[in-house]
Amino acid sequence: MALLELRESGLYCAAGDFYLDPWAPVERAIVSHAHSAHAGCGRYLTARGGGALVAALAGPEAAIEGIGYSEPVTMGGVRVSLHPAGHMLGSAQVRLEQGGEVWVFSGDYQLAADPTCAPFAPVRCHTFVTEATFGLPVFRWPALGETMAEVHAWWRANREAGKASLLFVHPLGLAQRVLAALDPAAGPIRAHETVARFNRLYREQGVALPPAEEAPGGRDALVAAPPSCHGTPWEKQFGSASTAFVSGWMRIRGTRRRRSLDRGFVLSGHADWPALLGAIEATGAETVWVTHGYRAPLVRWLEEHGRRALAIDARFEEADW
Amino acid sequence: MRAFAQLYAALDETTKTNEKVAALTRYLSAAPAADAAWAMHFLIGRRPKRLLESRKLAQWAWEEAGVPEWLFAECGNAVGDFAETIALLLPPAALSTSLPLHYWIEERLLPLAAAGDETRRGWLVEAWREMDQGQRFAWNKLITGEFRVGVSQSLVVRALAAVSGVAAEIVAHRLMGQWQPTPEFWERLLAPAAGGAAPEDALGRPYPFCLAFPVEGKVEDLGGAGEFQIEWKWDGIRAQLIRRQGRTFLWSRGEELMTDRFPELAALGALLPEGTTIDGEVLPWKDGAPLPFAQMQRRIGRKTLGSRILAEVPVALMAFDLLEHGGADLRQQPLEWRRAQLEALAPPSSALVLSPVVAESSWENLRHLRQESRARKVEGFMLKRRGSPYRVGRRRGDWWKWKIEPYSVDAVLIYAQAGSGRRASLFTDYTFGIWDQGKLTPFAKAYSGLSDEEIREVDAFVRRNTVEQFGPVHAVRPELVFELAFEGIQRSPRHRSGIAVRFPRMARWRRDKKPEDADTIETVRALVG
Ligand SMILES: [Zn+2]
Repeated sequence: MALLELRESGLYCAAGDFYLDPWAPVERAIVSHAHSAHAGCGRYLTARGGGALVAALAGPEAAIEGIGYSEPVTMGGVRVSLHPAGHMLGSAQVRLEQGGEVWVFSGDYQLAADPTCAPFAPVRCHTFVTEATFGLPVFRWPALGETMAEVHAWWRANREAGKASLLFVHPLGLAQRVLAALDPAAGPIRAHETVARFNRLYREQGVALPPAEEAPGGRDALVAAPPSCHGTPWEKQFGSASTAFVSGWMRIRGTRRRRSLDRGFVLSGHADWPALLGAIEATGAETVWVTHGYRAPLVRWLEEHGRRALAIDARFEEADW
Repeated sequence: MRAFAQLYAALDETTKTNEKVAALTRYLSAAPAADAAWAMHFLIGRRPKRLLESRKLAQWAWEEAGVPEWLFAECGNAVGDFAETIALLLPPAALSTSLPLHYWIEERLLPLAAAGDETRRGWLVEAWREMDQGQRFAWNKLITGEFRVGVSQSLVVRALAAVSGVAAEIVAHRLMGQWQPTPEFWERLLAPAAGGAAPEDALGRPYPFCLAFPVEGKVEDLGGAGEFQIEWKWDGIRAQLIRRQGRTFLWSRGEELMTDRFPELAALGALLPEGTTIDGEVLPWKDGAPLPFAQMQRRIGRKTLGSRILAEVPVALMAFDLLEHGGADLRQQPLEWRRAQLEALAPPSSALVLSPVVAESSWENLRHLRQESRARKVEGFMLKRRGSPYRVGRRRGDWWKWKIEPYSVDAVLIYAQAGSGRRASLFTDYTFGIWDQGKLTPFAKAYSGLSDEEIREVDAFVRRNTVEQFGPVHAVRPELVFELAFEGIQRSPRHRSGIAVRFPRMARWRRDKKPEDADTIETVRALVG
């Protein structure tokens, strides 16, 4: 029995009459995390810690209901609960249950520890809908400590050369994860206004972040900024700064080189290949739907390893993670 | 190997020339001579003879990584670089080697060539297990010989000059020709200018080629036409023909020794006086006129040259400069003086043809004459400043190429494929179609000409508008129109359109045009003439 189907506006649950992360305005939406919150829906349901972030993206008038993790609600005949996905503050997997049949929609997720959000919690199910942004075995993340040691070494070298350190990073989620892992004693930390705005929302939810005043700051500063600032006039105020980008894509040299950045640091809010396989295994699902990113290779791998798998469409890709 | 892998990473991480030179200088001054010699050998693009087929290397890598062949191929498409794909796929590294580069090359890499497959496989897997990820990557690059890291020979020369204090021109010259990357060669390379190179290096060594700059603005801005010696720009293989100590050497600009491939020119060498170096263009040449360059390609492709192909596609050396005469280096002499010496020593009725000097002294007349370029099977004019020396490399000022306008055709993007290297994971390799009886027929492939911004835009278009996929090739909705420019066009039964073009590139994105405005096969055929 299929609890979800793909419609023009996205994944739809007919039994409960709601969409999961719809890509067009719909009446009733369950939103796995703020990145997927598109404006214009009638009502939103999301995890409690992320409500303010969803509001920041869906607009101040949006009708948003937040529920706690593992606190089930009933919608139509479907029992719905949310479970941590480890992707960012308030990110959730959506568990659907009806007549003994259980489906889990992962949203975006990753498995490593992150002090800015609750860790991914595996949920048993019959059908698992997983993302596959990094669904190839070349994507394998180093430990956070290893990446942060590189970031700190880069920052130190820049300070010695009298250059500011511009760190481009997705402003919501990954930026806060990086900031929380920076050593505030190493030098002044600054944030572009967009990053600073999300920092405030994180702090209001009780997440501890190092102080990061709004940019610019001096030549000894590390400035966290959205990737879209790279190559714009905003960047010019820092003079001959060193530029770096934090993303899972930095695992591949070509993607760093074509952005003409000085450095690339590998860190992502998405699962790498071993984590994807581990998460799928932990669900015990017989059937896996794969959405976002490298769908075809993951589907074929799963089929060759005895699971039913199929690729489903995704309208939006998170390009900058 | 550790320092070398770090050098590779440092070169790869920056696009700034000065930082690349600084990284090279740091490495080359600190490395032991045996390591420095090998590093330089690879960095200027030399490579050992093929050690093993990449197919085998790939298989051993995917087996060691525990992934099936199809997944290895998918990863290769995403990464766009073979050596990197392997380094990323191998199981996480447990070790890191501190043994020097020359050990890895001489004891571990070169012996691969002579070993049997099972042995080679064992050696390779052992090597990978002894290295960390960055070292594996550099090692794979050494094995595959695809060593491009955005370092041109001239950057290496700058670093060598900084390390040794010897002038860059002298270092560049010492690097030409045949040598072995030994510590002894390294010492000679860096020796003070007077003490110079040992004779064994010097015997077959060509001079660094002088290259021309394209004329970009108005040709009048260069000065009066009378200030230049004007020649036709021939479309062949640039080469130096050397005669020393009774031996002949023919070098390409890519520093490939081509003497065996052109027996006509080896024979020409024997007619030249001792201590001669001629700069020119190797052309397929018959009955006093060039043949299409495609004929030359027929000949280049062959391992053995039968008498039939030698008769069908004979070659000549279109000689235009004399760099060495009687063993003396003439490069500082004025152009006209070198030309006069060249004319004096040219053997009559041989495979040497003197590049004709065009006797016109007004730009206006030259502009008219240039219109005849295609009919004459040349690419336009070479303008060489009178009185100028023969310089090293591409310098603005003395030698200019004034090429004819390229052909151009408006065509529609129909297929796209991910690029390689720095363009991995972006759709950058395109196939364009033109109209043939109401259908778009593939006409040309092009990779270059768009800005990074435009590439990203086309990439996004391809992702949204793929209608079908064949392996890595995406068929897209035919919506985008581009103006393609190319240098040559001819009939070709091997192409679906019946036409082949040379050096196609994207001249402009024609956002103002709809697909139905693109050119037809009839208009393109008319260009063949
Ligand atoms: Zn997300």
